[in-house]
Amino acid sequence: MKKRLISLLLMAVLTMTALSGCGTDSTSESSGDKSSKEEQSSNEPTYGGSVVVGIQQDIDSLDPHKATAAGTKEILFNIFEGLLKADENGNLMKAVAENYTISEDGLVYTFTLRDGVMFHNGNKVTAEDVKYSLERVSGILDGTPLISTLSTIKSVDILDEKTVQVTVENANPELIYSFTAAVIPAGSGEDAQAQPIGTGPFSFVSYTPQEGILVKKNESYWQEGLPYLDEVNFKIVNGSDAALLALKGGSIDIYPYLTDSQAEELKDSFQVIYAPSNVVQALFLNNAKEPLNDVKVRQAICYALDKDSVNDFVSGGNGTMIGSAMLPTLKDFYVDVEDTYGTSANLDKAKELLADAGYADGFDLEITVPSNYAFHVETTEVVAQQLEEAGIHVTINSVEWGTWLDDCYNGRNYEATICGITSDMTPGYLLNRFESESSKNFINFNSAEYDATYEAAGNCLTLEEKAEYYKKLQEILYDDAGSAFIQVPPLTIAMNNELAGYKFYPVYVQDMSTVYFVTQQ
Amino acid sequence: MKYIGKKVITLIMTLFLVSVAAFIAFQVIPGDVVTSILGTEATPEREAQLREELGLDRPAPERYLNWVSGVLSGDLGVSYRYSKSMNEMMPVAELIADKLPVTLYLAAYSLILIIVISIPLGVFWARCKNPAPNVLLNILSQGAMAVPSFFLGILITYLFGIVFHCFTPGGYVSYRDDLSGFFGYLLFPAISIAIPKIAMTARFLRNSMLLELSSDYVRTARSKGCTNRRVMYRHVLRNAFMPVITFLGMIIAETIAGSIVIEQVFGLPGVGRLLISSISTRDFPVVEILVLYITAVVIVVYCLVDILYRMIDPRISDK
Repeated sequence: MKKRLISLLLMAVLTMTALSGCGTDSTSESSGDKSSKEEQSSNEPTYGGSVVVGIQQDIDSLDPHKATAAGTKEILFNIFEGLLKADENGNLMKAVAENYTISEDGLVYTFTLRDGVMFHNGNKVTAEDVKYSLERVSGILDGTPLISTLSTIKSVDILDEKTVQVTVENANPELIYSFTAAVIPAGSGEDAQAQPIGTGPFSFVSYTPQEGILVKKNESYWQEGLPYLDEVNFKIVNGSDAALLALKGGSIDIYPYLTDSQAEELKDSFQVIYAPSNVVQALFLNNAKEPLNDVKVRQAICYALDKDSVNDFVSGGNGTMIGSAMLPTLKDFYVDVEDTYGTSANLDKAKELLADAGYADGFDLEITVPSNYAFHVETTEVVAQQLEEAGIHVTINSVEWGTWLDDCYNGRNYEATICGITSDMTPGYLLNRFESESSKNFINFNSAEYDATYEAAGNCLTLEEKAEYYKKLQEILYDDAGSAFIQVPPLTIAMNNELAGYKFYPVYVQDMSTVYFVTQQ
Repeated sequence: MKYIGKKVITLIMTLFLVSVAAFIAFQVIPGDVVTSILGTEATPEREAQLREELGLDRPAPERYLNWVSGVLSGDLGVSYRYSKSMNEMMPVAELIADKLPVTLYLAAYSLILIIVISIPLGVFWARCKNPAPNVLLNILSQGAMAVPSFFLGILITYLFGIVFHCFTPGGYVSYRDDLSGFFGYLLFPAISIAIPKIAMTARFLRNSMLLELSSDYVRTARSKGCTNRRVMYRHVLRNAFMPVITFLGMIIAETIAGSIVIEQVFGLPGVGRLLISSISTRDFPVVEILVLYITAVVIVVYCLVDILYRMIDPRISDK
């Protein structure tokens, strides 16, 4: 009896310790949890405070020139700046450069540096630093261009301490977008111990693999009044379920990649904001594989697609339907292609075309999808069913990202795949890959007309002229049904109610410099 | 002594075989590290440069030998994926040293919970003649054993994190910043690991004790006038403990090697999570060392269990 009492007592003590653990925890946690309770008292920006932003994956490099993952660039945007940088409208604004001129023939760029731009280490940005950075990315330093568009740079000359002249081999009005490449202190790219040092609104504090990256306010930032926050912690959240829990529990304040159902769940306690992303999602068709080499078959697939219901199912109706490879947010270059195929399914037309092509009984189609993108996987499931109704028997092949890159993207050994291409600011970025000789032409699109138009676009000296050709390219791609373009998925962001000032960009960045707390911390 | 010598040789042989197997596996699985780092932006020049930087332009056997000689001389290599500074990659040793404490603390935490709760519980259960608590314990333990640990983790996160606000899900604090906050956060992951194991260990101990209770020596002990208590603790428990030790050994090996699932669920940056992410990013140097670590842990713990066996039960060493 006594023994039993003792063991019961022991258990009781253990339970107590467990519960007392609860007590201490809940006090320490309360700081992050007031979001839902307090009302917004004012919209006046206040300075100070720290914010935790959930990010999906670990960063791939701390070197702004070597980072390739979109998920890394969106963070480094806060630390580094180029001569120019993107603004929220998809235009270029001057950053380290105060002004620039381009020669008539488009071969010489002259940049005047802004006064008083400081690196995070306290040094002034000099013409030397700019020259070094441009030579590094263009491959003049060691022969390997780190940003391929800039490999056209022939020389970088310092005219005086505030002026840098860049000479390029080929005139290309789009090249100006590439001068967003980060300016870093001269020599830091070869210094083994170098910490990331830029001129951005936040300076680098620390990076811990698997945990995240911490940045703090750049007190001497050149843009007056920015940033508001003292500290931003980009915290790696493991999977979207964990992100949801972390948001609810209050351990992250901003999470930019919600799924539609999560947005529904959070909309009462968080600000949920939608904006078009800069991703073009499509059912990419391998134009070299039978039967997809027949334009009628590809068109049939376009007819069979019901983009409206894809949008409803996976994007909660917030996606932007597209027919070709251009972001509608790049207004000057986008053309709303004539809607031959329609956004809802036209099964009769699809079956007719299939019969014409000799596939009256349909055919088997394997759709490969990278399994780490839940969004594309869900889309594939919906699309598979739609194609099934047109008599196309779909099998879904879900593969790891690494395998997808190897087999589909680089090996081009697939029939169809659903994925997204992330665009950058350069308007032609999405179009250059469908030129038949392009190494990025993973759908093996082959159209003499497209190639000719693309070449003509390359000879233009102004962006306005280029825009006309680019619109033509979009039409060709659409008419030839190079692939079945679906939508620009929405970017769905949850943000703590106390915060405001979040800006959307047509490029993939998380700009924290304009975010502020509306109530006093 | 001879026994330990033999074990050490087995350990080395196994580590060698496992490292070869992991290396071969990495040659065979699809997905190339260079393309996966550069993604869709790869240019042939960048690819070639990176391949050379990582030493991947050399033939496979040479790469393996380089790696082995590095490990033997104490250089565990550098990660392909994790940066230390702008131009330097994170050395594997440093990376793992940073993550290991999380796993080890979690293992220690949950082991203490398991041992402190399951043993008294098992004894109590074995001695329990009353049908009511017996049935209750039976149901509870069956339930606890049947729940997969990831589900239990999610359940606990939901219940204690979202409903009762005992902790902040995903609010992991690094042990480097705040040790008490760190232990506070580890409590619930530790409980999630411990619950199924407690149920198993307690049930195991109870069954083992019941089996021993029906042995002849118990009757003999009783008839020579031993008190019930003495029979229980001096005779039965000692004998009943043998299989439990093996079982605990397995649990120890399992938790020290990294509670992969629980680390995922609670967002703990331990070695288990490092292993998963390194496999998916094809970070070979990290995976190889982690695989060796896990193998070594399992072998060493089993070996210790063997030795402990001999200490508790002298009969074994005779054989």
